[in-house]
Amino acid sequence: MIEEEAFSDPARERQIFVGRVLLASFLILVFTAILIARYFDLQINQHQDFVTQSDNNRVHLRPNPPARGVIYDRNGEILADNQSVSNLTIIRERSGDLDELIEKISALVPLSETDIKRFYKRLKRRRPFEQTPLKFNLSEQEQAVLAVNEHRLDGIKVSARLSRFYPKRDLFTHVVGYVGRINEREISLIDPIQYSGTDSIGKVGLEKFYEDSLLGNVGSEHVETNARGRVMRVLDQVDPDSGSDLVLHVDSKLQKIAFDAFAGERGALVAMDIKTGGVLAMVSAPSYDANLFVSGISQKNYSRLLNSDDNPMFNRAIQGQYPPGSTVKPLFGLIALDSKTVSPSTKIDDPGYFKMEGIERPWRDHNSERGGHGKDVDLAEAIIESCDVFFYKMGIKTGIDILSSKSMAFGLGAKTGIDLPGEARGIMPSRTWKKENRGASWFNGDTINMSIGQGFMLSTPLQLAVMTSRIASKGKRVEPRLVKSIGGVDLSPSENIQLPDIDPQYWDYIHQSMRGVVHSAKGTATSINRGLSYTMAGKTGTAQVVSIRADEDYDKSKLNKRQWDHALFIAFAPFEDPQIAIGLIVENGEHGSSAAAPIARAVIDGYLNTESDVNIASDLALQGLNIYANQ
Amino acid sequence: MQINDFVRRMQNPGGARRMSRSVHVDLILFLLLFLLCGFGLAVLYSASGEDLFYVKRQLMFMITGFVLMLSVAQVSVRSMHRWAFVVYGLGLVALLAVLIFGVGAKGAQRWLDLGFTRLQPAEIMKVCVPLMISAYLSKRFIPPTFKHVCWSVVMILIPTLLIVRQPDLGTAILVFASGFLVLFLAGLGKRYILGSGLISLAAIPVMWLFVLRDYQKQRILTLLSPEDDTLGSGWNIIQSKTAIGSGGFNGKGWTEGTQSQLSFLPESHTDFIIAVLAEEFGLIGVMALCTLYLLIIGRCLFIAANAQSQFGRLLAGSLGSIFFIYIFVNMGMVSGILPVVGAPLPMISYGGTAILTLFIGFGMLMAISREPKQMRTQF
Repeated sequence: MIEEEAFSDPARERQIFVGRVLLASFLILVFTAILIARYFDLQINQHQDFVTQSDNNRVHLRPNPPARGVIYDRNGEILADNQSVSNLTIIRERSGDLDELIEKISALVPLSETDIKRFYKRLKRRRPFEQTPLKFNLSEQEQAVLAVNEHRLDGIKVSARLSRFYPKRDLFTHVVGYVGRINEREISLIDPIQYSGTDSIGKVGLEKFYEDSLLGNVGSEHVETNARGRVMRVLDQVDPDSGSDLVLHVDSKLQKIAFDAFAGERGALVAMDIKTGGVLAMVSAPSYDANLFVSGISQKNYSRLLNSDDNPMFNRAIQGQYPPGSTVKPLFGLIALDSKTVSPSTKIDDPGYFKMEGIERPWRDHNSERGGHGKDVDLAEAIIESCDVFFYKMGIKTGIDILSSKSMAFGLGAKTGIDLPGEARGIMPSRTWKKENRGASWFNGDTINMSIGQGFMLSTPLQLAVMTSRIASKGKRVEPRLVKSIGGVDLSPSENIQLPDIDPQYWDYIHQSMRGVVHSAKGTATSINRGLSYTMAGKTGTAQVVSIRADEDYDKSKLNKRQWDHALFIAFAPFEDPQIAIGLIVENGEHGSSAAAPIARAVIDGYLNTESDVNIASDLALQGLNIYANQ
Repeated sequence: MQINDFVRRMQNPGGARRMSRSVHVDLILFLLLFLLCGFGLAVLYSASGEDLFYVKRQLMFMITGFVLMLSVAQVSVRSMHRWAFVVYGLGLVALLAVLIFGVGAKGAQRWLDLGFTRLQPAEIMKVCVPLMISAYLSKRFIPPTFKHVCWSVVMILIPTLLIVRQPDLGTAILVFASGFLVLFLAGLGKRYILGSGLISLAAIPVMWLFVLRDYQKQRILTLLSPEDDTLGSGWNIIQSKTAIGSGGFNGKGWTEGTQSQLSFLPESHTDFIIAVLAEEFGLIGVMALCTLYLLIIGRCLFIAANAQSQFGRLLAGSLGSIFFIYIFVNMGMVSGILPVVGAPLPMISYGGTAILTLFIGFGMLMAISREPKQMRTQF
């Protein structure tokens, strides 16, 4: 070692070293220049791009969803409300491996396969940095578990949001409807901005019909978030406008009375306020709990509803089309009187059947086995006792053209225009209708069938209620409405257009006849007049479900209950100053008088006997509303 | 002692100079380091989200570092030379210990838990290796012969490979570079330099296939196109470039950087701290830092050029130049021109061992700067 050192030459060593240091210094300057050039390029040349990128990183436009309008009944009772619920959501951009994350989450809160499947579906159509819901309606315990573990579950967020709640469960489902998750088809129809903070939309009923009013206007806020997606501060915001509240004409108490009166039978009822057209009650039984649909109904529940023989999802009140049967007799009588084809003094003999020239088969009267209604039956008796033969003859004489065109004015055969989606139009047959729909000419036989509300004729319970209202008001064009006010603004009541001028004495004649149905000894609905504190007018009806051959008798013992006749009833009251009109059907209820009329009685009792109380109640409710609004 | 030094220098420059000579302090280097540390702490305060926790700890490291530096400065260059082998040997033992007893983070075993503190032996090798090679070469022919070059390379490769095993590729490269720099400064022939360049090129595919781990390969791929994987390993580099670029010329202002304050920037208080600086102080801040660094390096090379012994020259020169390599690797990786390897920004990034190692290095430089003149005709 010492030897080697001895050969070293300090001067040369130093010379070489200084040369190398100079070379190193040069290289250092060159590489420093490279660094500065790089930073110059990023900070000066590409500055604007990176400013944009940095702002995109931290500033997010977040929708501020509006609260959906609340739906109240006429007395201020809440039918559709918003409740705060907690949902588990994931921001894809913040999470790592999704499968792994979901696995971790499912160790903490139960996740069904459907939850996960739907989550991935939603994930496909999310916007960047959007919270995609994984599980709805977390329980308090689940929220607590997630809060504790949130730090190790990157990208998850438990977000509280308002969810629809229907406190009356199944009572108003066919009126109010429900909201549900926006589906693929709807997403292409809606304004993506308006719905940016909302994941549900009105699917049926008023929720669908008044979707635009109920939704409100979305607000927005620019928020600064950190890398974990936590909002650090709100930079600016536009507050949302809550959806408009709806107040209905419907009275929950009356609705309950009507619903309970069906006592498990299938059927539908519509009760209307004759003065305003406001729908006081609308029942379609059976019903189902609207809350099932709010955050996505389970497959099991859905197929149970869908496959039920009772078809609970079918809104019979506006979609059910039934032969109106004898409930059209007052109207046809009125039209015949007005057309002078019959007069109050017209009398016929009823042997229990009606035979038409050239046709072998007779048309029976429904009480043909008792030998008919006898001699000298006039129109009033024909209505009170529901004599078919009178109407067969009257129908032939009046003719299809007059019956058809004048019936339309009473709301048959056309949509009533009620504020609900999916209304059926019913059928008021005519010559052209038959040509177009059956490709055949109209025969007198068709007129005979139709003159007792059978044959081609179909109407919805709502149409029957509208017809009854128009008869009760002596020709006012009463139009059905569910919603009384939107956002505190009363909707203008339907204009009181007078229907074609009809001689007042004919109105009185028909009203008296309908009164007789309930109040005269021979009336078909006389059984319901016991203890009645007011006067009621009505008409029973029976609609065949299966056609009975003419040479056969209707024998219910031979038929399955599903094939029994439908029972119908229309009514209005009080007779002197009609306020409420009702149209109703009990499916397979057999007789209007026994199955349907008592339901009408219960509802009208409920309405008239509590009328004064209702006024007080509605004043109270309005005060309550104000308190609610102030909260 | 330092403060007294200062006061005296202010009152009586000549006396201070004498004083600084007698206590082996290079005042220029001292002042530059002081400035750099102050700047570093300010950036760290912002980078750690205005939390004093890291700043306090870093300040403790720095104070310890200054004390360590001044202590090392008092050691004679001859003793350093004499003890170089021992220090190097101890370093190797520590590296082996890391592989056996080391504690780790993020899948790598880098720390040695000493009970009262945790040590990163790989960092210490950044000083030990140049010390060793300088000591070895300074007693031998200049320029080094083939045999000496070979032995040097072996002495460099042993710690390098041990560090690769941890794995800590960044530090391994820097340790290798620090040793290689000594060879370069010692006058390594052009043939060797060219040859080693070719060997490095040839080594790339071998490294790719046999040495590099998947995450390391990923980092290199990420460098080539960070946009391919914006949520994975590309995230870091995209965020750091965004931070730097959005800083612009003037910067967003101290503690006002959104990228760093809102945690978009990863590792903002350690390896990626230059992005915080660039975001908040802009290009001006970057250039100011570079200027400060260049002044320090310049001073180091000046000390090296004026060193009295070949050992002092080589050690001072390599410590000064490796300092630049640290800077270049870190600033290059954060700005996206080099792959992401774990390499802190000297004196600015948070990290105890790195800071202390640097101060030890500067202490050696100060010792060299005050080395007494050797008798040229010693033998």
